Amino acid sequence: MSSKEVKNLEAIFDTKIARDEKIEPKDWMPEKYRQTHIRQISQHAHSEIVGMLPEGNWITRAPSLRRKVALLAKVQDEAGHGLYLYSACETLGISREELYDQLHTGKAKYSSIFNYPTLTWADIGAIGWLVDGAAIINQVPLCNTSFGPYARAMVRVCKEESFHQRQGYEIMMTLCNGTKEQKDMAQDALNRWWWPSLMMFGPTDDQSTHTEQSMKWKLKRKTNDELRQQFVDQTVPQADILGLKIPDEDLKYNNDTGHYDFGEIDWSEFWQVVKGHGKCNKERIKARKDAWDNGKWVRDAAMAYSEKQKLKKAKQAG
Amino acid sequence: MKKDWPLWEVFVRSKNGLEHRHFGSLHAPDAEMAIKNARDVYTRRKEGVSIWVVESKHIKASNPDDNAEMFDPADDKAYRHPTFYDLPDDVEHM
Repeated sequence: MSSKEVKNLEAIFDTKIARDEKIEPKDWMPEKYRQTHIRQISQHAHSEIVGMLPEGNWITRAPSLRRKVALLAKVQDEAGHGLYLYSACETLGISREELYDQLHTGKAKYSSIFNYPTLTWADIGAIGWLVDGAAIINQVPLCNTSFGPYARAMVRVCKEESFHQRQGYEIMMTLCNGTKEQKDMAQDALNRWWWPSLMMFGPTDDQSTHTEQSMKWKLKRKTNDELRQQFVDQTVPQADILGLKIPDEDLKYNNDTGHYDFGEIDWSEFWQVVKGHGKCNKERIKARKDAWDNGKWVRDAAMAYSEKQKLKKAKQAG
Repeated sequence: MKKDWPLWEVFVRSKNGLEHRHFGSLHAPDAEMAIKNARDVYTRRKEGVSIWVVESKHIKASNPDDNAEMFDPADDKAYRHPTFYDLPDDVEHM
């Protein structure tokens, strides 16, 4: 294709995006659009899959049957969300195997929040309340993103996600209405998950390398800082209801702006974890890789069985 | 021998009276397993009463590059729509 033809296609593409028309897998798209989407959708899928690990850790130790079925259902949803997103990503011409390979070799990233350990039962409450709360704020705008398969997957994800946050908040509520020891446990979980949750929105706008292009493609509808502010504003009153204290001395409602001002985020910690030096980076990838490698014989056996059945049917048909 | 599970497209009828609609795709070794996986991946909350699966490679799709010649000819055929025909206002039931 000549560069003039590409320019022309690009112009048609830009008009479609500007008119809020969706881009579907077989439509022409700039190579950079394709690559950016593969990166973002796969990161998102990997986050769902790795996100099962810190919580799966607590399924056998859930304090009641009610808590256990809820946590099981939540972790199962996350597997489902990962699968919706992987198939959306595959429509861009990358195979599932390549995607897994990128995760297992560390080439692809996933949300850093999952590299923190889940030390007590209260962490399961804090994750549902804060981590899923932050994820919802990040994800809702994506239901309108320009790439059709991603937008459709996100509609399904968002529908299912709100139970995740509510079950987390209910766990926190129960602990906060319990003994002093239980309430302390809830406060300790909030102390440890608060700042990593704020980091989930990514670097500040002036440091974010992808924001401008992503806004243009409607892959992003609000900036990292706007979304982070929205999270703080809606979460602080929820902490008040629990009777817990947000671990930030600078947190204060600002009457002029109508928003909460909050303290400086420790970005050196963020980059440490992104670069692989978080508490659980190695453990998470190892657990994920082991699950995949140890399941290989099952996948192969299922495939062999399916081929045998096909042969048998062909023979019978004669 | 490395053989990956093929990709399947999943269609779900959300309730009787409605058509099966494309829900997404998944990998499975065969059609039976594809239906079982589709049950777990796409209908965890009673989203459906019937599931179809078809191996993705069997779907032939039209090419969006041909959309003009495929679909534009319908543009100037307004006579296929009822509003094309002029009738007096007092004609009823038509």
